[in-house]
Amino acid sequence: MSIPGEWYLILAAALFILGALGLLVRRNVLVMFMCIELMLNAANLTFVTYSRMLGDIGGQVVVFFVLVVAAAEVVVGLGIVVAIFRRRASSSADDLNALKG
Amino acid sequence: MSGAMLAATVPDSLTFAISAAVILAGAFGVITSRNAVHAALSLVMTLFGVAVLFIEQQASFLAAVQIIVYAGAIVVLFLFVIMFLGVDRRENVAEEPLRGQRPLALLLVAVAIGGVIALEVSAHWATGAHAVAGSTTAGHHSNVYVLGKAVFTTYLFAFEATAALLVIAVVGAVVLAKRPRAGESQDEERPEESAGPQEPVVGGSSVDDERPAALVGGGASSSGAAEDDGGGG
Repeated sequence: MSIPGEWYLILAAALFILGALGLLVRRNVLVMFMCIELMLNAANLTFVTYSRMLGDIGGQVVVFFVLVVAAAEVVVGLGIVVAIFRRRASSSADDLNALKG
Repeated sequence: MSGAMLAATVPDSLTFAISAAVILAGAFGVITSRNAVHAALSLVMTLFGVAVLFIEQQASFLAAVQIIVYAGAIVVLFLFVIMFLGVDRRENVAEEPLRGQRPLALLLVAVAIGGVIALEVSAHWATGAHAVAGSTTAGHHSNVYVLGKAVFTTYLFAFEATAALLVIAVVGAVVLAKRPRAGESQDEERPEESAGPQEPVVGGSSVDDERPAALVGGGASSSGAAEDDGGGG
């Protein structure tokens, strides 16, 4: 008998919360991106766990698409970071105040 | 609940415990390391732990994709950008631009994880109707067979849409990373006196006037700013 799904769900919740904490407290845009990846992975782990608990392949299909979207998101996001860095020479989120009133 | 944990076999319990420790250690590494390169390497650790747990739950195809796409492509892209921008110098983690943000964040995190654990001990989570895509082990087929059949039949339209999404992402990355041509204006940083003779504006800001490159966009645009850093994903 394998590990019950609740343990996986708690682990995924802890991982998600660590990612959210990092997104809240870090200032480096790249590290904030990595924290978003942490949260995406926590959601993926939850989907796979539910897929096993319900015996349904749909959860794994969702993870498949989340991987695709995450790859696209990282490519565009890092492109934006590079474009911003070219203007501001900084990767801190506090320096992005051009829209401040 | 701990009784259920004890009912699991020893290899399963051991695999889960080690993977959970690796995942959480990696996540702590991401959010605490001052050096962005170290954060990226900690992220790899977490991704490997998650892949092990995918295998543990019979999602072997997703585990392989996790390693190939995340650890192989996304983290490499992260490292490439970190080193390309030269931001691997240490960040001053001690300074706190917003007063009281960190205690508030910790409080929110504590409330959230407490709520999740309270839900876990009081509720049965996996409820609701099943989707239409079928069982994980339909007719004793392999995981790749079942997943591929679902992707290419039930979710075919979504799969086709991801092709468009990836093409758009690649085009967007190329456009974002392209160095502006000499003479093309970067509105924010154009010095007032260098605005030059106004050409008739045809279709917005992309009029290609012929000002010398030295007047345009100083600052951060290093000479070696690369042309293609977006194609890795």
